Formats: sequence, C-alpha cells, structure tokens
Amino acid sequence: MTTVIDTVSKSPPPEGPGPQSAAEKVRQKARDKGELYKPRVPIYPKLVHGKWRRIKWALLILTLTVYYVTPWIRWERPGALPDQAVLVDFFGRRFYFFGIQLWPQEIHFVTGLLVMAALALFLVTALFGRLWCGYACPQTVWTDLFIYVERAFEGDRNARMRLAAAPWSFDKLWRKGGKHAVWLAVAFGTGGAWIFYFRDAPTLLGEFWTGRAPVTSYISCALLTATTYVFAGHMREQVCTYMCPWPRIQGAMLDDHSLQVTYRRDRGETRGPHKKGQTWEGRGDCIDCNACVVACPMGIDIRDGPQLECINCGLCIDACDEIMDRVGRPRALIAYDTDFAVVERGAGRPASYKFVRARTIYYTVALVGVSALVIWGLANRTPLDLHALRDRNPTFVRLHDGSVRNGYTLKIANRTFAPHTVEVTVTGVPGARLSTPGEAAGTVVRTTVPANEVRALRVFVTANPTVAAASLPATFSIRAGDAAAATETTFLTGVETPP
Amino acid sequence: MSERERDDHTGTETTGHEWDGIKELDTPLPRWWLWTWYGCIAAAVVYWVLMPAWPGITGYTRGVLGQSDRAQVAQELKGLAAQRHAGESRLRAASLQQIEADPELQGYAMQVGASVFGDNCATCHGAGGAGGKGYPNLRDDVWLWGGSLDEIRHTIQVGVRSGHAQARGEKVMPSFGRDQMLSDAQVDDLTEYVVALSGRKADAAAVGRARQTFADQCTACHGPAGTGDVAQGVPNLTDQEWLYGSDRVAIRDQIWNGRNGVMPTWEARFSPETVKALAVYVHANAGGVAEPVAPAKAAAGVAAGAVGR
Repeated sequence: MTTVIDTVSKSPPPEGPGPQSAAEKVRQKARDKGELYKPRVPIYPKLVHGKWRRIKWALLILTLTVYYVTPWIRWERPGALPDQAVLVDFFGRRFYFFGIQLWPQEIHFVTGLLVMAALALFLVTALFGRLWCGYACPQTVWTDLFIYVERAFEGDRNARMRLAAAPWSFDKLWRKGGKHAVWLAVAFGTGGAWIFYFRDAPTLLGEFWTGRAPVTSYISCALLTATTYVFAGHMREQVCTYMCPWPRIQGAMLDDHSLQVTYRRDRGETRGPHKKGQTWEGRGDCIDCNACVVACPMGIDIRDGPQLECINCGLCIDACDEIMDRVGRPRALIAYDTDFAVVERGAGRPASYKFVRARTIYYTVALVGVSALVIWGLANRTPLDLHALRDRNPTFVRLHDGSVRNGYTLKIANRTFAPHTVEVTVTGVPGARLSTPGEAAGTVVRTTVPANEVRALRVFVTANPTVAAASLPATFSIRAGDAAAATETTFLTGVETPP
Repeated sequence: MSERERDDHTGTETTGHEWDGIKELDTPLPRWWLWTWYGCIAAAVVYWVLMPAWPGITGYTRGVLGQSDRAQVAQELKGLAAQRHAGESRLRAASLQQIEADPELQGYAMQVGASVFGDNCATCHGAGGAGGKGYPNLRDDVWLWGGSLDEIRHTIQVGVRSGHAQARGEKVMPSFGRDQMLSDAQVDDLTEYVVALSGRKADAAAVGRARQTFADQCTACHGPAGTGDVAQGVPNLTDQEWLYGSDRVAIRDQIWNGRNGVMPTWEARFSPETVKALAVYVHANAGGVAEPVAPAKAAAGVAAGAVGR
C-alpha cells in the first residue's frame, strides 16, 4: 500500500491564508528576477542543542578520527613488506588491510565489499531513512566541521547574516580571512591524510615536506584540498541537491514505513503564532516560529513534507524540541517517524510501525548472502595461483625423432609470506614429458617461488602423439605442501585433421 | 562609411552586404576566443625568443634556452646506457650457466634477448624463431652447430661462412649435379638412399646402386651411417629434421645444387653482454639440448646422436 501525502495540491497559494513554506518564501524572493538559473540562497544554519546534535558531534569526531588515524596504525609484516595496517600499495601492486593481503587479481573481494556496503546502505535506508546522508557522508561531516569553523570566526546565524550584509571593514576582513585560512588548513589536512593511505605514512610525511615525495602525492593532495575547500566551504547543500545521485536513488529504497525526519502535521496543524496564556484548544502545536527552518543546513522547511533536499540530519528535531519545552507542549512535533504513522494518527487510529517488510527481507537476505560469499572466499583463498601462457609462435615444434613439443610460460604466484618450492606436473597428454630449459625431461619440475611474488617458469611438454586429434586438453597442476592449484590449457599435437 | 546600419531585431551591426534582401549580421567574435587568440600570439613571440625558431641563410635563430633536439637525444641515450649499466655488468660477471640458473637474471636476459632477436634475427629465423625452409628452426632440439649455451653463443659471435676469421662452416657441400660430379641417374639413386636413411620407404634397387656412391662421395662428411658431425656443422641425415625440405624433390635439389647456409657475424654489432643474453634467450626458448633419444628407425641401424641437421 502506498500512502500519498499530497502537500502541493492541498496547499493554498502563497498569498492566501494558511500554512506557507518558509523556505519557499525565501526562494520566491530570489526567483522573481527572471534569471535563467535558480539563484543560490545563502544558508546560515543556526546552532541547535539537543540529542541529535550531540550524536552528530560524536559521529563527527569518530569518523574524522578514523580517517586521520587509520594510516598511522602499524601492523607487523615479515621481511621488507610494508608495516602499515591499511595500505593501497600501487607500486607494489598490493592492498593490505590488517591481516588480509589482496593481489590485483583478487579485486573481486573489493567488489564484494562494495556490494555489501551498497546493500547495507539499502537496508538501513529502508528501515531508518537517510542515516548515511545525515550522519556519515563525508560531505555532511566536513560541511558540519566547516560550519563549526565559520561559527567560531563569525558567530551564530544572526551575526553571520549581519556580517555578510555589512560593508568591508577590518573586523569583517579578519573574520572572513581567518575563516578561509582555517578552512584551507582543514582542507589541506584532509588531502594530506588521504595520500597516507597509498604510501608508508611516516616515510611519506618526511618525503612530502622535503619535496622528495612522488608527484602523484602532491597532485592528489592538491586536488583533495581543492575539493574539500570548495565542497564543504562554498557549495555545501548544492553538492547534495544537484551533484549527488543518492537522493534520487534513495527514493526507491524508502516507503511509507521507513523512519524519516517527519513533521507530524496531524499534531502541528493548524499552525499559527501563539501568545502566552492563550488556549491550545482548536489549533495545532506548531507556533510557526521558524526555528526548524533556520536550523536547517539544507535551507528547506521540514513542514513541507519529505523532500529530495532533506538529508535527515535531525537538527530541526532538536530545534523544535527546544521550542516545545519553552511553550510547554510535548516534544517530538518533529521526530523520526513514518508517513504511514502520520496518516494513521491523522485519521484517529493508533500509529503502528512495521520493520519486517518485503524489501527489508530482500535486502537482508542479499546482504547475508553476499557477506557469506565474501567471507567464504577470504577463508578459502588459495595461497598459490597458476596461469599457463602457451607459446603462440611457434605453436608446436617437431623434434628430431618425430615427437612434438609445446612450450609454455607458467606464472606461479605465491601469495604467502614464505618462499615455497612447488612441484609442477601435467596431465591430459598421454606419455607427456615435462622439462625446463637445459634440463632432461621427466614427469615433475620443481621450482622455488619467493615469498609474495610471481615467478615465470618456462616449461616444455614433449609427447609422441598417438591419437588423431589436432589438440588435446592439458592441465598443469602445482603443489607445495597442502597448497595446490591447477590451470587448464591445450597441447597441440601437430596432427593434421581433415577440414 | 559613417554610421553602420543596425539590425532592429538583434541590435547587432550588419556588414552592409545585401543579397536578395538578406543582410549579414556583423556579430563580434566571442571575447574568450579573441583573448585566447591574443594569448597565442603573445606565446608565439615568447617562443621565438626562447626556442629555435626562424630559419636564416646559414643557420637559424637558436633561442636563449639553447634547446637542441640532437643534444636531448644524446642525453637520453646516455641516460639509457646508465639505466642498462647495472643489468649489463651483472650479465658480464656471470657465466652463461649462472645466468640460466638465476631466475631473476635469466628473466632480464630473456627480455634483452627477445628485443634483440626481434630486431636482428627474426628476419631469417622468424619472429618466434621457428625458422623456415633454408633457415634453421631455433625452437626444436636439432642443432647444426651445437645446442649448448656456449656453442650457441659462439655461433652468434662468429657467424656461419660470414668472412669472420673463426667463422663456422669451413666445409661446404659440393653441387654434385650442377658441377657434373655425378650423373643424373646417380643423383636420383642417391636421393632414394637418403630417403631410406631417414627410415622411409625407398626403391631398394636404387638404394643398392647408390651404396657405393654414398660411400665415395658423402661419408667423408656425413659419416658412414649418415649421422653427420655437429663439430663440422654437417647435418644428420637419419632424423626427421630437414633444413631444405624432406620430400624427394627437395632432397634431390640439395644434392644437385649443394646449397650452403650463411649467417652473419654479430660480434661487431652486439656487445658481449648482448650476445650472452641472446644465447640464453635462444637456449631457453628451445629447451636447451635435448636428451639423447634413439631415432625411431634409422635405416643404417645406427643409434644416432641427438644432434644433427
């Protein structure tokens, strides 16, 4: 069942009486100039205090700490291997994550991880709305941090608006200048931390400041500094509204039973100013104070209903709760609630919540399935890997005694941290003899593959073909202790087959 | 013209040209285009000053930066030599056997070898080294001049009938037919004899007639059993490998004309390290010298050495 909350057709025109979107009023002012593009209305979010604001501060500190500290965590690895716990080593072509080491050929594990992340996001969104947007997205976290800096230099909402309107003065200059300087410093720190994920952090730190770091680190650092400064300092809500695809996609995840930041219109309407001592009979609890609007970092009015712009950060909940406490009405006029509950209460029925729904079951099953696959794959990773590249020119040679020889280059990968001596055998070719350059032919070839490396091995398979087939399927197998791997290839017999 | 006409609709001046009542607007160039153009002109002037630019009668303007493509190439070549120095000195220090035994050094030698082979040897021996009619196959186990690492290196160094003082191939095969050393019929019989040597069906009467001719003319080089002599580069006639072709026409042609292969000496062109790398490359691709294997049915009933033609 889909409940449609139509806030558009029922709303009277802006000139008429009744509820009117505060955000729309501001937008209207700018729109009348007849410009081709929608002008940006500057947003000066007011600081709020309350439960959600505290949670947001805590998550901001947590996520930033994880981001900045992770590259500095050490993790002992044998030999000359890097001792960094999390490292994307492009030069060495390895990805290290604590005890896990991935080779480029194992990129499917990263794909699996991304699929898991996507499914987890779908599930969380279906259950609790846009938690990612409101609390964990880097755009949200860094914008929050940048607004904190802005507030430290320019004061809260009203002071910032006054300062913006004021003519240039020394006071305005140092406040604006200081804000941008700190913004740039934070942005540089962001870009600077990023590059540590790609090279040994302590080494790179020294190299970076002495000009010996790779050019890519300087370029990456500069790029991320620029994007952080521009996105979190200047573009802010425009990134979410115009650039990010997620607000559009999440429309497919949400339904009437998803928890979202909701204005409970059943309780709030009819809104209107309220003087102390007046009765609350025959009217809603919303006193139209605009506290939720001025607190919104996206510049919207939550009372317009669910909107694409709303990142569900919960700051309007805190703003409204403060007001409700002051006027002596119960809290949670704006709260995490479902569209379904609002409609039910509006119709005089008790609200109910439904977390087990078809889509949450689908997402959970898919998430558990993919997670199980990834974990199973990681647990059963083979420490050896084998690929056979057969010679293409010539595809085979006939030897002096009439036997036929095929040449192969075997690529043997040893993914462990210790050298392994592997035994190579071939099956599928009757009477096949195996040899390496300069050595007599036998049935087994041995070679030592150093730790964490790929060894190329030239091998020859010689046979006296007795079957009338132009090619035979052949299988190379390697074995080192318990570890084994195999790969299929072809043996060309040189026998002419009629076309 | 004093006052240019303006188009009422767009407010833009017209060029004053009119065709059948249609007038052309004189729309100004976009500012960004104009400034880009000015910028290019300015950059060109700066370029003339800095870089070699204008040709003269006896030379050209050199520019203040002293840029020279020739000097840059020389510089890059020097850099390349410096880059190769480490690998080359390792190749110089190691013996051929040591190079082949060390997987890392062998890998390096194989890469050098592959590049040099493609540029110099592939013309005759083919890109994969499989040779062709008249050009030995370097991927099999049959070696005219020996298939050990040292023999291969020596062949590359001095060549075959190359004019080098130590060149291989002192002995040449005579043109028995063309020089009328043997009659037509004798060459025919000898062809049958050679076919029989490699274990194939042949005319018994012809083989019988040729027995004496073979003993007189061929055994000096090919040996009484026809197994050849690798020290002299004389091919083994009892195996399945034929440089100039295995059918009767090809064998008869070779007896008649007595072609002798030629390979240049590479001593002057390659450094000793490059020759080493090439020898390792050829040796590894061919699987080295094959273990001795008895030919299936040698006509003369002699177990032949693996090496031959």
